[in-house]
Amino acid sequence: MFVLIELACVAGFLAVSVAAVALVRWRAATAIVYGVCLSVSTVAFAAALFDLLAQAPVSALVLPLGLPWIGMHFRIDALAAFFLVVVNLGGALASLYALGYGRHEAAPHRVLPFYPAFLAGMNLVVVADDAFAFLLCWELMSLASWALVMSHHREADNARAGYIYLVMASFGTLMLLLAFGLLAGPDGAYGFAAMRSASHPPAMAALVLALALLGAGSKAGLVPLHVWLPLAHPAAPSHVSGLMSGIMTKVAVYAFVRIVFDLLDAPSWWSSMIVLAIAAATAFIGVLYALMQHDLKRLLAYHTVENIGIIFIGLGLALGFRANGMAGAAALALTAALFHVFNHSLFKSLLFFGSGAVLTATGERDMEKLGGLIHRMPLASFAFLVGCVAISALPPLNGFVSEWLTFQAILLSPVLPQWGLKILIPATGAVLALSAALAAACFVKAFGVTFLGRPRSPSVGEAKETDRWSLAAMFALAALCFLVGILPGFVIDALASVTQGLVGGRMPLQAGTAWFAIVPVSESRSSYDGLLVFAFIAFASLLTATAIHRLASRALRPGPAWDCGFPDANPITQYTATSFAQPIRRVFGTVVFRARERVVMAASSDLGPSSLTVTLQDLIWDYLYAPIARAVGGAADRLNILQFLTIRRYLSVVFVLLVTLLLVIAIWL
Amino acid sequence: MALIDAFALQLLQMLLVLVLAPGLIGLVRKVKARLLRRRGPSIAQPYRDLARLLRKEVVLANNASWLFRVSPYLIFAATWVAAALVPTFATGLLFGWSGDLIAIIALLASARFFLALAGMDVGTGFGGIGSSREVMIASLAEPAMLMIVFSLALIAGSTALSTIAEFMAAPGVGLRVSLGLALIALVIVALAENARMPVDNPATHLELTMVHEAMILEYSGRHLALIELAAALKLLLYISLIACLFVPAGLATSTGDAAALLVALYAYLIKLAVGGALLGVFEVSIAKMRVFRVPEFLGAALMLGLLATLLRFVSASF
Amino acid sequence: MANLDFDVSHLLAGGLVVVSFMLLYQDRLYALLNVYALHAVTLALAVAWQAYIQDAPHLYVTATIALGFKAIIIPVALHRIIERLGIHREIETVVGIGLTMLVGIGLVALSMVVMLRITGGAAPIAREDLAFALAVVLLGLLVMVTRRNAVGQVVGFMSLENGLVLAATGAKGMPLVVEISVAFSILIAFIVIGIFLFRIRERFDTVDIMALDQFRGERR
Repeated sequence: MFVLIELACVAGFLAVSVAAVALVRWRAATAIVYGVCLSVSTVAFAAALFDLLAQAPVSALVLPLGLPWIGMHFRIDALAAFFLVVVNLGGALASLYALGYGRHEAAPHRVLPFYPAFLAGMNLVVVADDAFAFLLCWELMSLASWALVMSHHREADNARAGYIYLVMASFGTLMLLLAFGLLAGPDGAYGFAAMRSASHPPAMAALVLALALLGAGSKAGLVPLHVWLPLAHPAAPSHVSGLMSGIMTKVAVYAFVRIVFDLLDAPSWWSSMIVLAIAAATAFIGVLYALMQHDLKRLLAYHTVENIGIIFIGLGLALGFRANGMAGAAALALTAALFHVFNHSLFKSLLFFGSGAVLTATGERDMEKLGGLIHRMPLASFAFLVGCVAISALPPLNGFVSEWLTFQAILLSPVLPQWGLKILIPATGAVLALSAALAAACFVKAFGVTFLGRPRSPSVGEAKETDRWSLAAMFALAALCFLVGILPGFVIDALASVTQGLVGGRMPLQAGTAWFAIVPVSESRSSYDGLLVFAFIAFASLLTATAIHRLASRALRPGPAWDCGFPDANPITQYTATSFAQPIRRVFGTVVFRARERVVMAASSDLGPSSLTVTLQDLIWDYLYAPIARAVGGAADRLNILQFLTIRRYLSVVFVLLVTLLLVIAIWL
Repeated sequence: MALIDAFALQLLQMLLVLVLAPGLIGLVRKVKARLLRRRGPSIAQPYRDLARLLRKEVVLANNASWLFRVSPYLIFAATWVAAALVPTFATGLLFGWSGDLIAIIALLASARFFLALAGMDVGTGFGGIGSSREVMIASLAEPAMLMIVFSLALIAGSTALSTIAEFMAAPGVGLRVSLGLALIALVIVALAENARMPVDNPATHLELTMVHEAMILEYSGRHLALIELAAALKLLLYISLIACLFVPAGLATSTGDAAALLVALYAYLIKLAVGGALLGVFEVSIAKMRVFRVPEFLGAALMLGLLATLLRFVSASF
Repeated sequence: MANLDFDVSHLLAGGLVVVSFMLLYQDRLYALLNVYALHAVTLALAVAWQAYIQDAPHLYVTATIALGFKAIIIPVALHRIIERLGIHREIETVVGIGLTMLVGIGLVALSMVVMLRITGGAAPIAREDLAFALAVVLLGLLVMVTRRNAVGQVVGFMSLENGLVLAATGAKGMPLVVEISVAFSILIAFIVIGIFLFRIRERFDTVDIMALDQFRGERR
């Protein structure tokens, strides 16, 4: 029954998409399209949430579309229900945001038809139950998002971003196609039900895992397949960026979880090592890249890479526990990963919406030209601050809960017998802790340079507060971040049916604990109570404020900032994003990016300025992608000769191939 | 009845840390002064400083935002809650289960986040220097601290501080290599987090040498008083943490009788005084490192913490 | 009581690994010599403790040799050499100190894995001490490999030998004559190196290995 509701919503999305092509001339088109998307997404979200919480039985449907002898299978189980909740919540809030943001769109005819198609594609991927439907909908999702990335194609870099995105998306789909082909086997059993029940030899399972990692990982943003993400996500309009970073990457995570945890049997332990190693590298490199950026949206996109790394660390731990038959620990690790999926979709969308608000208000994405926006846009900056605190994993908000659960899962792993895991997991824990600390640094920089301080350019001067719809969407997300942070037990209990289906275990029931605390293993081992921590902090700060204002002084005198006796109103003297990141660039960047600083001092007689140049190298691009691109280009140039042969030469090519084929037949048969 | 006792004990703990923190700072300064052959200010001087600052009016920069004014209260509240969760003289506090050791570290990280933001708020070069160096130091000190927590949790089988403290106080622990490594790393991290020599000079106001002082340069009046008190609370928290984990002698359980609690309180005061004196001696005997030597120093702490955790993973007898 | 023996010998072996890390951390030559002296003192304590719990009096002699020669005489001699040669007193490393320490952790993990896997049947105290000793040897090699300064390489060589002594005393039954012969050969090697350092310094005015590389015989 839920499948029917879901498919009806998808049909609604597709209908709006087609209608948008016709309606785009109207002035009300934006409001109509986004309003319909908002309502349809809300319906789908409510249905999926009810399905997940009521632990409804699996509902499936076969539609006579597509290939005649397969049809299209659709199925909603607990995993699909959870990801439908994530997708549709993000879609609903993005549509709400776009009701306000979309009014500033310069080319609505390039955005409005593709946005509902994008939402439809994401919904369909999550409910697809056979390989054909899955890949078709995956491509629909990719193409719709590519069209949205190219919506402002006249701006510099956007065309290149779209091109690289297309190449990487095709690569990812090819890998998934091969993976499904291997899973289907020689009989061509493309339905997921058949793949689930078939048994796969370990060598083939390893190959399928590698292909799934490449295919889903390139869409999710695992290093080194992440290069398209920081180019494409910022190029799209801000609500679409939020959807791509916050939601589409999660659909890729869904693909990985579905293939590896559901369709394959229990994995071997060294597959966990591969996933953990890649995930740890992704988390560390992603956050370092983010720290070096001064474009706000590119910083957020690189930071998505880091969070995908954190999610895959949880998935890798779950694989390791499952391979050793520890269902309870696997459930804890998987719950931590899926909780982070939900959390990240919330706060990354919020942050992208905030950057969209900044872009609309000032026309700038470059942090080096912003500053002091907290005075001009107080509400938007407050919502952005909540997003920054949440993503830095600080209590009592939601980011801390998923990190805490991941650490608890790491602490359960010394009992794993394999040596490789015994060495790799503590190292992964160290990298995770390092990434979390660097993420906090990154968001101090992002919020501090953009919103605090003094304005660095005149474009800040005309900034106005964002409109009501955008603010409503941002505050809804901020409120959700807060609620999930203080009442995490509900989310953990909702995920129980998901983990039960995938790894055969679940975390202990959180509903009955005192004061809404969460207890991952047992009360004596560890517990955390977000509600109490928040209550204590609120109580302590209010008590202090009241006591001081009553008993001591509440006087306040405005004055100039401390200037050491040299009054200088020039805002250039404050720290910029590049200078804020300089200590970290010196510590980590000299190895990871070959960061070098060159100072050229002007001669004492010279009136010109001295200069400081910072060079960073993207080593992954230079050593992996650039050689491949050069090789492909070189091969294409050589093969280009085939375009210019004479008739005699074409005939000889045909003749040679014909003779070769006849020889092959003669020898082999 | 037991609930009222437990509640009273938790309340006593919260007030005790608040009352003792400035005295600890005063003791450290007195020890340093005496070692430098000065008389030094009296141990009660920080209390007088706080009272004076609370009564003064705040001089607020013209372009400071609401975040600048709210941050001192948030920083103080987060640090106080964290300090109230660390067992000082009794384990098994009433609300001790609401935050384990990881949550305590994260609360201190929240305080530091808001302090760094407040440093960026006024938009002068000083705040930027302080905030950027502070986040660099934190980016290495926090993972080192988490590795220490891991190694302790793997030895004691729990991340809850009460459980770890009771485990360490029990006689069967012995001298383990991981504990030794964790102690060295914890001392290094404590020096870095509390802005003490050799990482940062708490008494300086020169740009080249400031980290913590640079971030709070614009604060005055009651805001400055709260931030100074929060810094004192943080130092008390770290010394209490080292004491309850590595010198747990005399620690009472919360269900003990009044005599045991008094003995535990007395033992705690002695530990605090000894810790403060040792800190004073150490600060006087070492010079401040240059800024880019600090990441190597903290990197050593991270490596020691990682080694301690690795040893626990590899063999249960380490 | 057995537990205390185990724990203390573990602690001292682990302490030796920590001091090896401290060797990696130093960037000044005199500090490096002081840490090496600490290394030798820790070795002497570890060997003395082994002598106590294994009831092997000849190991006390080993401990005294370690204390006398390696903790006092050799650092003082190196100190004099550095003064006489006027060597540049800052140690330049091939890669940064942070990266060196990271590789050091990897080496410790490697030695743990190797030792605990191949010594399956031995007593736990011996296995883990051997693992630590192998770690000290590898860290000594790392010091030799990553220091550009000849004196730094000598210190790495000496700490490597300390690791070998720890391994030998941990596995029971090292005869005294072996220790004395090893110690003497190290002493001879050390004297020869000292003489060569003087000659090199006289001839080329530097003991930086990179600079000396230009003066090699055949050019490639």
